Amino acid sequence: MTDAIRVKEEQPGVLSRILRSDLFYSFRRSPITVISAAVTLVLILAALFAPWIAPHDPFDPASLDIMNSLLPPQWTADGQAGFLLGTDDQGRDVLSTILYGMRISLAVGFASVVLAMALGVTLGLIAGYVGGITDTIIMRVADVQLTFPAILTALLIDGVARALAGPQAYEEIVVFVLVLSIGLSFWVQYARTVRGSVLVEANKEYVLAARLIGLRSSTIMFRHVLPNVVGPVLVIATINLALAIITEATLSFLGVGVPPTQPSLGTLIRIGNDYLFSGEWWVTIFPGITLAILALAVNLLGDWLRDALNPKLR
Amino acid sequence: MLAFAIRRLIQAVGVMLVVALISFLLFRFVGDPVNQLVGVDTTPEQRAQLRQDLGLNDPVYVQFGRFVGKAARFDFGISYQIKRPVADLIASRLPATLELSLVSAVFALLVGLPMGVYTGLYPQTLLSRLFLALSLTGISLPTFLIGILLIFIFSVNLGWLPSFGRGDVVTIGGFWTTGLLTRSGLSSLILPAITLGLFQMTLIMRLVRGEMLEVLRTDYIKFARARGLSSRAINFGHALKNTLVPVITITGLQIGSIIAFSIITETVFQWPGMGLLFLQAVQNVDIPIMAAYLLLIAFLFTVINFIVDLLYVAVDPRIRIGGAGA
Amino acid sequence: MTATLSVRNLRVEIPTRHGVLTAIDDLSFDIAPGEVLGVVGESGAGKSITGSAIIGLLDPPGRIAGGEILLGGERIDNLPPPAMRRVRGKRIGMIFQDPLTSLNPLYRIGDQLTQTILTHEKMTARAALDKAERLLVEVGIPAAGARLSSYPHQFSGGMRQRVVIALALAADPELVVADEPTTALDVSVQAQVISLLKRLCKDRGASVMLITHDMGVIAETADRVCVLYAGRLAEIGKVRDVVKHPQHPYTHGLMTAIPSLKGDPDARLEQIPGSMPRLGAIPEGCAFNPRCGFRLERCRAERPAAYPTSRSEASCFLLDAAGRAPPPETATAARAAGIEVRAGAPTGADA
Repeated sequence: MTDAIRVKEEQPGVLSRILRSDLFYSFRRSPITVISAAVTLVLILAALFAPWIAPHDPFDPASLDIMNSLLPPQWTADGQAGFLLGTDDQGRDVLSTILYGMRISLAVGFASVVLAMALGVTLGLIAGYVGGITDTIIMRVADVQLTFPAILTALLIDGVARALAGPQAYEEIVVFVLVLSIGLSFWVQYARTVRGSVLVEANKEYVLAARLIGLRSSTIMFRHVLPNVVGPVLVIATINLALAIITEATLSFLGVGVPPTQPSLGTLIRIGNDYLFSGEWWVTIFPGITLAILALAVNLLGDWLRDALNPKLR
Repeated sequence: MLAFAIRRLIQAVGVMLVVALISFLLFRFVGDPVNQLVGVDTTPEQRAQLRQDLGLNDPVYVQFGRFVGKAARFDFGISYQIKRPVADLIASRLPATLELSLVSAVFALLVGLPMGVYTGLYPQTLLSRLFLALSLTGISLPTFLIGILLIFIFSVNLGWLPSFGRGDVVTIGGFWTTGLLTRSGLSSLILPAITLGLFQMTLIMRLVRGEMLEVLRTDYIKFARARGLSSRAINFGHALKNTLVPVITITGLQIGSIIAFSIITETVFQWPGMGLLFLQAVQNVDIPIMAAYLLLIAFLFTVINFIVDLLYVAVDPRIRIGGAGA
Repeated sequence: MTATLSVRNLRVEIPTRHGVLTAIDDLSFDIAPGEVLGVVGESGAGKSITGSAIIGLLDPPGRIAGGEILLGGERIDNLPPPAMRRVRGKRIGMIFQDPLTSLNPLYRIGDQLTQTILTHEKMTARAALDKAERLLVEVGIPAAGARLSSYPHQFSGGMRQRVVIALALAADPELVVADEPTTALDVSVQAQVISLLKRLCKDRGASVMLITHDMGVIAETADRVCVLYAGRLAEIGKVRDVVKHPQHPYTHGLMTAIPSLKGDPDARLEQIPGSMPRLGAIPEGCAFNPRCGFRLERCRAERPAAYPTSRSEASCFLLDAAGRAPPPETATAARAAGIEVRAGAPTGADA
């Protein structure tokens, strides 16, 4: 099919190649996927441009008025214009804090996925290619870590960092600690997948041929083996992104994540949770809904990607 | 069979030793145990004396040996923060966590398994699609958010169920507290158990569904149909039994996860269990509690894994024979 | 006498993303009581799909789109599912290709046998167990009584296929559909399993539809043979006739592609140029026409019916007595190949 199309077009541009690929075909055919992609994109853009589109700057103490605290959403009886989703205990506009909070949530999510991916892919390549005792050690560590839920690993790393840094310094490096603790708890899946592919690919004839003509191991790995694992790694990364965002929110909710001065979605939900019983539901429910939509959209994208790249798994 | 059990046991001991080493390193090198125990007005001489008394000047492997020896006798030292023996603290919290985890696991299994079987057998029906959509939402919603939403609906708005604590508990045998025997204890358990079990439920459902779809495609199911066996015998006998092997494995592992995830649920519902204790320890850098919790969780995981392996053998004859048969 | 099985103009379709594929197109054949009919063809020719259609277990989305299937004179292709379930196993036994995967690994074979017996016959569990043991003895499993409590993985491949045969015959069906029953087995046990199957069916008076791609098995076992090409009937007739005097150019090609012990050992085996078309790309007219050495004009446009010859029936216009005479060189070549060219013969009414 694709061959026939290539013959017709003299020089297919990258864009038209993408538009005509099987992947894009299955994308277009699934309305849920298209919606999830659109929602994800909108949320990411909203977070990126939060300083420009947020109605208020929630972190500018000068703009805060304590008289405005705990205002209900605009459409309710006591709502006040200018605060669409109401305000929190300090009089911060909930919509604005959500936009800013999403920035931190997404930043931590992306950074920890990149860290986990870099670590996992590298260790997987090494384990698969070097083999022997190196392989055994890496995969043993992976096995042991896999028996522990990621949230527990992240909590432990967080606790250790807290003890090592001391309370003052900890506040400053907390975002890095979060990225580190989440990243370190998700590397195993990448390592296992990559190692598996390396073991399969390394025995194939083209790798043998590449070796025979004298290509270096590292060249073979990066040129020939790595491209084969891009698909699975991408699938894991997408699903992990949702997981990482949820984990960050969970840690922040548990009070070991980012502090209330620079709140992420999880911190916002934690703050709002205290007001749930006194009837100020909007402080926690709106950030909660945002988090749920974000995680759901990314998860749906991951689900679709997995099915599209591996039609056998359904 | 016995050889298999022994081999698994040795592996389990190995894993426990590794975790013990991590716990020990935490305990010994993260923060100074002496500084944590004494006040600021303690003289350097007194500190040195304490250091000597605690055996912190001994070679590291001697200290590790002592740590393992004590841990085996449930001696995890004194909490830095609460100044009470860690073992006592954990023992007082353990029943709450285990009860919650067990009820959640049973809930997850009792609801997830039939939903998985149904969606596997009839993948195209409206109800199946609804279940699948719900399961995806269940996986995407963070546990704590589910808890908050349940509290918002059933406690704040409807006022049907309590939103925190265990309710009235009854003490059995002098050490075990249970909420299963009182009305308020039971009603307090409902929301936390659903919150904790929902994720595992969706997981089990998706797993059973996937396995069911897989098994229904196999030759032996086709052959069973070709022999005219009833749909019931095929679906709930032949297919379900083959589905159970992986389901048992994953469910077993999930029980371990449930215990760990109870940290979140316990925080949301202020459930007085180990998870809450551990979280406070992380926030206060209370290393002895962290180390003990880590060891305890690893121990529970190992025990569960061991049981799962034995169950596995009971279900699958191919493993049971272990090459001894024809 | 009523045929045990009668397939009339069967048409099986498989709807796909790229359109509806016709897997079986206008296929008809009969199996007489006690007869063994071999069904041969390349992979993808529709042999297994025919078997699945007969037993009513086409893999979705495949469906019977036309024709009739009659068992003992009654239609079974339109039976409601519960009634069809009572036909399966009870009146038609089925044997699949791979004995290693045909048995449920988690059930003792005794349980699988008694379950099948009790599904179709009213008897006590004790009696069913006795019957299960007798069946195992019949299919030649040593120490049958003890092996009832064994699991499938404790048997070798050949033994497992014997168990599968016992299961297929458990309710004494009048027809056994055997889909490549020996393909997955060692060559050394293939002959044993085939002769066992044939003997047991003969003892019971059951008819057999033997699906295989192995002409050797057909030659030894079957009474008649039906050759499929691209989901269509190419030729059907007595085994001896079809093997010795193939009338369809495709069958002719198949037979000359089989090495013979009697022939010249240095002679090159002939092969048919090209390969069988995929289901989505079956050519107009006769499905075989692009590969056929005797192609006529009309072969590209029209589909041949099955024309009788003095021996077998074959779907080829060379055999159509009412057809126009082929070019002399084609006719000569075809006659030299043993094909009874009838086209252009003066017997035709409008020749």
